[in-house]
Amino acid sequence: MTLADLNLVRPELILAVGALLLLLVGAFRGKGGPVFDLAAMLVLAVAGAAAVTGDQGRAFAGGVVVDNLSTFAKVAIYAASALAIPLGGGWLRARGDDKFEFAILVLLAALGMGMMVSAGDLISLYIGIELHSLALYVLAAFRRDDAKSSEAGLKYFVLGALSSGLLLYGASLIYGFAGSTHFDVIAASVQGQAHTGVLFGLIFLISGLAFKVSAAPFHMWTPDVYEGAPTPVVGFFAGAPKLAAMVLLARALSEGFGAAIGQWQQVIVVIALLSVFVGAFAGLAQKNLKRLWAYSSIANIGYALLGLAAGGESGMQAMLMFMVLYLIDVTGFFACLSALRRDGKPMETIDDMAGLFRERPGLALAITAFSLSALGLPPFSGFFAKFFVFKAALGAGLVWPAVLGLVGSVVAAFYYLRLIKVMWFDPAPGAVEKPPATAMAIALTAALFAFPVVLIALAWLEPLALAASAAFG
Amino acid sequence: MSGLLSLITFLPMAGVAAILALRFLGQPGEARDTASKWIALATTLATFALSVKLTLDFDPANPGFQFMEEIPWFAGLSYRMAVDGISVLFVPLTAFLLPLCIIASWKTIEKRVLEYMIAFLILETLVIGVFCALDLVLFYLFFEAGLVPMFLIIGIWGGKNRVYAAFKFFLYTLLGSVLMLAAILAMIGISGTSSIPELMHYPFDPAIQTWLWLAFFASFAVKMPMWPVHTWLPDAHVEAPTAGSVILAGILLKMGGYGLMRFSIPMFPQASHLFTPLVFALSVIAIIYTSLVAFRQTDIKKLIAYSSVAHMGFVTMGIFSGNVQGEQGAIFQMLSHGVIASALFLCVGVVYDRMHTREIAFYGGLVNRMPFYAAVFMLFTMGNVGLPGTSGFVGEILTMAGAYGASTWTALFAATGVILSAVYALSLYRRVIFGEITNPALAQITDLDWREMVVFTPLVLSTLYLGVQPDVVFHITGASVDALVGAWRAAIAG
Repeated sequence: MTLADLNLVRPELILAVGALLLLLVGAFRGKGGPVFDLAAMLVLAVAGAAAVTGDQGRAFAGGVVVDNLSTFAKVAIYAASALAIPLGGGWLRARGDDKFEFAILVLLAALGMGMMVSAGDLISLYIGIELHSLALYVLAAFRRDDAKSSEAGLKYFVLGALSSGLLLYGASLIYGFAGSTHFDVIAASVQGQAHTGVLFGLIFLISGLAFKVSAAPFHMWTPDVYEGAPTPVVGFFAGAPKLAAMVLLARALSEGFGAAIGQWQQVIVVIALLSVFVGAFAGLAQKNLKRLWAYSSIANIGYALLGLAAGGESGMQAMLMFMVLYLIDVTGFFACLSALRRDGKPMETIDDMAGLFRERPGLALAITAFSLSALGLPPFSGFFAKFFVFKAALGAGLVWPAVLGLVGSVVAAFYYLRLIKVMWFDPAPGAVEKPPATAMAIALTAALFAFPVVLIALAWLEPLALAASAAFG
Repeated sequence: MSGLLSLITFLPMAGVAAILALRFLGQPGEARDTASKWIALATTLATFALSVKLTLDFDPANPGFQFMEEIPWFAGLSYRMAVDGISVLFVPLTAFLLPLCIIASWKTIEKRVLEYMIAFLILETLVIGVFCALDLVLFYLFFEAGLVPMFLIIGIWGGKNRVYAAFKFFLYTLLGSVLMLAAILAMIGISGTSSIPELMHYPFDPAIQTWLWLAFFASFAVKMPMWPVHTWLPDAHVEAPTAGSVILAGILLKMGGYGLMRFSIPMFPQASHLFTPLVFALSVIAIIYTSLVAFRQTDIKKLIAYSSVAHMGFVTMGIFSGNVQGEQGAIFQMLSHGVIASALFLCVGVVYDRMHTREIAFYGGLVNRMPFYAAVFMLFTMGNVGLPGTSGFVGEILTMAGAYGASTWTALFAATGVILSAVYALSLYRRVIFGEITNPALAQITDLDWREMVVFTPLVLSTLYLGVQPDVVFHITGASVDALVGAWRAAIAG
C-alpha cells in the first residue's frame, strides 16, 4: 500500500471517515435531525467532488479500478444516496423515529456501492457487496416496531446471505480454475477455450449478482422486501444499489470474461427476457403499489440486462444510460409515494390513489410521468433509456430478444395505465393530507427531469456515458 | 421564414402555458373556465393563421423538403423539421379542425374544462409535429406521445364504457408502435442515420426491407385502421366526446396513411411492391366488409366509425396503386375524409347533446323540427357517399382510377364499396331525418344554434370547394407525388 493507492480511493476514504465521525457525533448527541442529515449529505457531496476531480488508475495491485466508468457510477450513486437521506430522515421523524443511524447507514451503503463499481478483483467485489448489503438489510428493518418492516429485513437478510453464498462459491471456483482473483488474469485464462470450471463459477457469480439486481429467476425477495420496508428506503433500494450491481456485473463480465461473451451472452439474454416477462405479467395481479413497482423494477432491470447482453461499448453505454434515467424515475416515484397520506394512513394500494389528480394535481402529474417513463413511452426519459438499450441490442444482432422485450413492455403498459386511470378518472374518496415539502420538491424535480429537462440533459449525459464505456470497446 | 414550422408546432404550447398560469392564479369557477376556452380558441386560430401562411409560402414546383430546420441533438439524432408536398396540407387540416373542436366543446364540456383544453392543445402540437418531423426518432416521439392526451380525452370525458375504450385504444396502438420502434432502431443501426430524407434514398437490402416494412405496417395499419386490426376504432369513437371523435377521425387516422407514404413506399420500395397484393386484399375487404357491418349498426356514431374504416380502405388502395392518380387520390381522400368524417361526427354530436342518445331507432323525422340540420347532414352524407360535387367524389374516383391501373379486380371490388356506402349512409339519413316525428321526446328538439352554424359553415364550404376545385390540392401535392411515384418505379425496375 502506497500513498498513490490511497490517493486513488479518496472518495472512499472521505466517506468512511465522514461516516465514522458522524457516528461519534450521533452517539454523543443521541439523536439525528435535519442538521445532522445535512452534514451527511455534505460528506457525500465532498466525496462526489473528490471522485470527479481525482486521478484515475489502478490501486492496491489492481484490486481497485478508478476510471471513467467508476466515476460516472459513483456520482450517480452518491447523488441518489444524498437524496435518500433527507427523504428518509424526514419520513422517519414524521413518524417519531428520529434515529441518527439512518444517515450513517446510507453513507456506509454508498461507500459499499462505490467500492462495487471500482472493484477490479473478486475480493474487492465481495467486500463492496457485503458492505452495502449489510447496510441495506438494516435499513429495510429500520422500523423495528413494525412487523412488516422487520419481516422485510429478515427476508432480505436470509435470501441475501444465500445469494452471497452462491457468489462466493462461484468466486472460489473461478479462483481455483483461473488461478487468480484479478479480472485481468481471469481474462487471460478465458482467452480461447475457457475451462468449464471457470464457466461454472461464472454462472454462480452471475446468479449471485442477478439476485442483487433482482433479475428473474432470482427476484422472489423483491416484492416482499419492497412492500415491508419503509417507503423512502425502498426508493433508495430500487435505484442506487441496482445501478452499482449492474455496473459491477458489467465490469466483471467484460473485464474478466470479455473473451467468453459467447458463453455468457445467452445466459444474460435469458435472464433479461425472463425478467421482462415476469415483471410484466406478475405486475398485472398486484394491488399494492410498492409490490407493483417491485415488479416494474424487475421488468426494467430486464431491459438494462438486455443492454448489457449486447456487450461492447454501445451495450455498456446503453446499460448506463438506462440505469441512470431509471434511477431518477424510481427515486421520484417513491418520493411521491412517501409523501402521500389520506385519513392518517399512507396511500399504498392502487385504489388508494383514486382521484389523486383532483386532490394533488402536481403529484398526480408526477406519478403519471414516472409511470409513463417506466413504461418507456416518449417523450419521457424512460423512452430514451429503452431507445439506447434496444439500439445496442439490435446492433449486436439480438433481434428477437429486442422484439420480445418491446412486446413485453406492451403487457406492462396495462398496469401503468390502470394506475393512471385510477388517478385521473376515478372520484376521490377523501382529502389527501398536505405532503411534506422535501418529498414534494424531490418528486417534482425528478418529474421535471423525466420531461422535459431530459430532452436537453441527454445532450450531455450521452457523451458522459459514452466516455464511461469507452474502455469497453 | 425559418422557424415557421417550429412556431406552428409549438404555438399551442403557449396556450397550454397560459391556461396553466390561469389554473394557478385564477379563482376556480365559471369565469376561469370561460377564459380557458377563449385562450384555447385564440391559440388554435393563431395556429391556423400561421398554417395558412405556410401553405401560401409553400413552393409547389419544388418536390423536395421546404422550411427545413435542423438542430443537432444527441447520439447523431437531430431536431429536424420540414414539409414537402405530401405532408404540408396535413398541417392546415389539423389547424383547421382544432378551433372547430374547441367551439364544438364550448357548451358540452362541463367538467374539468381547463384540463380538456390543455389536452387538445397538447394533441395539436403532437399531431402537427408528426407531419413535420424529419428525423425518425423525432417522428416516433410525436407519433407515440399523442396516445396519452387521446387516452385521457376518451377516459375522462368519454361515455359509459370509456375506460374499456381508452385501454383498448392505447394498448392496440402501442403494440403496433413498438414493432415500428424496433424497425426504426434497426434502420438507424444499418444505415447509421436517422434523417428521413437520407433514408428515403438508402438502399436497404430487399430481405431486410420485408421485415422493416412489416413492422412499420403493423403500426400504420392499426392507426389507419385497416381490417382486421380496426376493432379498437368503433369503441374509441363511440366513447370519445364529440371533439375527440373529430380529432380521431379527422387527423389521427391520417397519420397512418401519411406514414405509409412517407416511410413504407420510399424507404422499402421492393417490399412495398411485394406486399401490394396483400394491401389491396385488405383494402377491398375493409371497404366491403366494414360497409356491410356499418349497415347493421344501431348506433349512429358506430355506423360512421365503420364507414371511416371503409373510406380508409380507399386510401390504402390508392397509396399502393403506384401511379400518380392513386397517390394524389389517396392524399385527397385523406384530406376530404378529414373534413367530412369530422363534420359527420359533429352532426352526431348535435343530436347527442340534445337527446343524450345515439340510437338510430330513437330518432326519426328530424327534418320537421330541424331543417338546417337536415340540410347540413344531407350534404355530408352525400359527401360520405361520394356524390360528384363534393370532395368525397374526387378522392374515391381517383383512388379507384389508380387502382384500376394496377389491378382491375381491386378497382371492381372497391367500386361495389361505393354502392354499399350509399346503402348505409342513405338508410341512416332516412331513418334519422325523414318521416314523421313518432318519438314524443323529439317534439321540442331545436334546430342548429348560431354556435353550431359557425362550426358547420367552414366545413360545408370546404367540402363543396374541394369538390369543385380539387386542383388547389393537386397543385401543391403534384411535384412531390410525381417524385414519389418516379422513385418507386425506378427502384422496382432497377
